[in-house]
Amino acid sequence: MQLQQAIQELITKMADDELVIGHRNSEWTGLGPVMEEDIAFSSMAQDKIGHAWALYRILHESFGGSDPDQFAFLRNAQDFRCCHFVEMPIGSYEFSLMRHFLFDHAETVRYQSLSGSSFTALQHLAGKVKGELKYHTLHADAWVIQLCTAGADSRQRMQSALDNCFQLAGGIFEPGEGEDLLIAEHIYPGEAALYQQWLNNISPVIEKAGLILPALTAPVYGGRKGQHTQYLQQLLEEMGEVFRLDPEATW
Amino acid sequence: MQTITTLQAVYNSLEHVMDPEIPVLSVLELGMITDVKVDIEGVHIKMIPTFAACPAVDIIKENIKNAVERDLQMPAFVMVDKEVNWNSNRLTSAAKEKLRDFGIAPPARHEGEVSVDLLIKTTCPHCGSENTYLRSPFGSTLCRALHFCRQCGMMFEQFKPLS
Repeated sequence: MQLQQAIQELITKMADDELVIGHRNSEWTGLGPVMEEDIAFSSMAQDKIGHAWALYRILHESFGGSDPDQFAFLRNAQDFRCCHFVEMPIGSYEFSLMRHFLFDHAETVRYQSLSGSSFTALQHLAGKVKGELKYHTLHADAWVIQLCTAGADSRQRMQSALDNCFQLAGGIFEPGEGEDLLIAEHIYPGEAALYQQWLNNISPVIEKAGLILPALTAPVYGGRKGQHTQYLQQLLEEMGEVFRLDPEATW
Repeated sequence: MQTITTLQAVYNSLEHVMDPEIPVLSVLELGMITDVKVDIEGVHIKMIPTFAACPAVDIIKENIKNAVERDLQMPAFVMVDKEVNWNSNRLTSAAKEKLRDFGIAPPARHEGEVSVDLLIKTTCPHCGSENTYLRSPFGSTLCRALHFCRQCGMMFEQFKPLS
């Protein structure tokens, strides 16, 4: 695999994760357990979709890819490179909160490493995004700790959420084909290194919350190769429904 | 000399282009303008959004273009500067004063990184008390957080510090 292609694959999987989790977050609009959570998930949705758009724009401008909106809304599921974790339906609030906690710490680690990337366009964007992500992890940490220390039932539900999320979260770090090349060229440090850093970052919060971290025995891979859950195609159909009515329309 | 006069006129014009979400602040006070050049084609202005996903960017670009073209009677070209990232230290002190008067707590100055403390220790813009707590790091727009003042019992918004 050529370096250019490897960079495009890295950007595509990051952007697809952001777009799909952004759409999932937006499904909490109007349904949050309290008004502040409704606003928080809606705001994070806006951030994620904005970050996805910025990444698609890099593909468009630096690699001659298609228009960001067309790329986001007109592809089929098998052309997406998101992990299964972001595809899962929002489920219960504790599932969505735990996913947000695990996913946003993973993103933070990724963008932190990319802020030193040799690929300038990513390096510049990462500098911006990592500052904004602080608010996402701050929000996640605060609620995880608060709910885990709010009584036995609450803690038990959060532990179940973590148990249900953990193998899926491992799928964020599914190794890619051109990874060695990306590491050698200092584009980013590779998935294994990010995974280690992620564990280092989430562990203090997990400990403070009194949760038990499961072992990563069977990370759910496949998303980065275009194999997806049944939920992705449904999500894409809903997300692109209006866009596909008239793909040339100006909004 | 001609160019210097024109540049000054551009900045005068920009002083009147307000942020659509915080209408008391101009794009200059928000630190959104990174470069202004005048050449034979017209005025070239570079700007940056506060948050990457700011939905108002296109409107702001359009407002800048219209204001400068109206005031200077020459073509204006506005583009997003990809070399510079916005951070909250770019707000001028006059801007912070205006924010406070508008009822929004201004962001504290940061030293390169935003710590949780910087967000939590926020003075109430209504009564000046420091007896406040962070209710949510997300508010009515991406650039605002929600706080509560125990002293005067009022909710208030803060323009978030951003590194």
